[in-house]
Amino acid sequence: MKIRDRLTKTEARVAPYAFISPFFIVFAIFGLFPLIYTLWVSLHDWSLLAGNQGFVGLDNYRELAQDADFWRALTNTLGIFVLATVPQLVLATVLAQVLNSKLRAKTFWRMGVLLPNVTSVAAVGIIFGLIFARDYGVVNWGLGLVGVGPVDWQGHRWSSWLAISVMVDWRWTGYNALILLASLQAVPKELYEAARIDGASAWRQFWSVTVPMLRPTIIFVSIVATIGGIQLFTEPLLFGAGVNAISGGSTGQFQTVAMYLVQQAFTGQRFGYASTVAWVLFLLVAVFAVINVALLRRIRSVD
Amino acid sequence: MRTKNPLMYVGLSAVVLLSVGPLYFMLVMASRVNDEIVALPPPFSLGGELFPNLDRVFGNADVLFGQALLNSLLVASVATVCVVVTSSLAGFAFAKLKFRGRNALLLFVIGTMMVPVQLGLIPLYMLMTKLGLSGGLPSVTLPFVVAGFGVFMMRQFAEQAIPDEMIEAARVDGASTFRIFFSIVFPALRPAAAVLGLLTFMERWNDFLWPYLTLDAEHPTVQVALSRLSSGYYSDQSLIMAGTFIGTLPLVVVFIVFGRQIIGGIMEGGLKA
Repeated sequence: MKIRDRLTKTEARVAPYAFISPFFIVFAIFGLFPLIYTLWVSLHDWSLLAGNQGFVGLDNYRELAQDADFWRALTNTLGIFVLATVPQLVLATVLAQVLNSKLRAKTFWRMGVLLPNVTSVAAVGIIFGLIFARDYGVVNWGLGLVGVGPVDWQGHRWSSWLAISVMVDWRWTGYNALILLASLQAVPKELYEAARIDGASAWRQFWSVTVPMLRPTIIFVSIVATIGGIQLFTEPLLFGAGVNAISGGSTGQFQTVAMYLVQQAFTGQRFGYASTVAWVLFLLVAVFAVINVALLRRIRSVD
Repeated sequence: MRTKNPLMYVGLSAVVLLSVGPLYFMLVMASRVNDEIVALPPPFSLGGELFPNLDRVFGNADVLFGQALLNSLLVASVATVCVVVTSSLAGFAFAKLKFRGRNALLLFVIGTMMVPVQLGLIPLYMLMTKLGLSGGLPSVTLPFVVAGFGVFMMRQFAEQAIPDEMIEAARVDGASTFRIFFSIVFPALRPAAAVLGLLTFMERWNDFLWPYLTLDAEHPTVQVALSRLSSGYYSDQSLIMAGTFIGTLPLVVVFIVFGRQIIGGIMEGGLKA
């Protein structure tokens, strides 16, 4: 074998690794290392300024289990998540169905639906903070027209959860509808033909053909929504924008776990404890992903 | 599916109105003076104060809004170029080259899409401080020069767009893998690279949590400047809305120009995942 041929062989064997290495090297440093190191930090008394104050084992986890503020934040996060995700996915599925019918000006409708998604989360929090303002907000003004007194949207738990859910849904429903639309377009037309011949109504077709065929995509969309929902941070932060925005309202009524994490780390200067919150958050994401898959498996396929 | 139901258009129009409504509302508020904003009923038409309000936004010494726009442009552009290049390289390797551990490594890449970087915030902050990068723009750029989503997307595209025979032929002619990438693969990947670039740029422009935590007062990005504008030291709503408007405008323009490609990219990405 000539030297040149041998060089070529070696090059062909090494090249793939050279091609993928930028991704893996950068991800290892800025993605994987922090994630794993979080676990290590969570086992220590570690502060922002003083640094590592020693190993404390599971003390942080024990403290977290009894931390009423954490549980309140967790309840808020899950409450907002459920309140936002369920209508969002239902609406997105219906919207995908409508967008899949024969329409004039397809691109126009799709762009109209997706527009909120290109708006930054920060902008959404600020805009909706004003829309839901107590004294001069558009929503309260509209409620006043139909005889409902003004709601202090930021003041109470349920009302703040509702307002934040509206922000989340406004930004994400159209995006999810487009992803569902993509998988709708892959459904064989014959399935609908057959259902129609069998005399199935539009509603029946939707439940017996569309929803089962969309199952894998619905699972994907719910997992993404779950990951986003559990990390909810910016909307509630800017919704209640004030000097103490990070505490999510006067009694923490809309402080999410991610906000609590940042508050513990940077206001409270407790890196170890905040890392514990992060790690619990990570486990939550994983658990919810599994629950999602299990639940949605129950939507039966066409049989 | 073939019913031309006018109700569908009514429903869709309502949805689009709801989509545009809050943005229109933002523009109305940005074009009014503060007294008009807190009036009831709220104003529904544009006022004449947009440019004076914008002037005040850019003149505000605390938030450095003009600087923030440039910073965001810089950070998002660098990240976009890097993501497109690193994703094309890796995507091509995963799609068309054979190597040991390929499937396991690809599974790992897909796994990274499920793990939010935010959960490693605290060590990331410590790391940036150690590297002396905390506070400045490199700290919000470096972690995002690669993206698992990008690698996956480019791989899906490369698999279909590049015939194996083409690569074989080039190899027989004695081209190195790198040469093949530059002369054959990258040009063929261009449409997908454009979409990935658009999506990456939008994502980076809109990023908030990490920049909010790490950037110091002298180096804001647009989103961080916005949060400072509305952080309670000002209750000047028209100023806040004018800032929000100018921070949102660039992406809305990008969206209007490239909407078709962006929609295609999102639908494609969702379908394959």
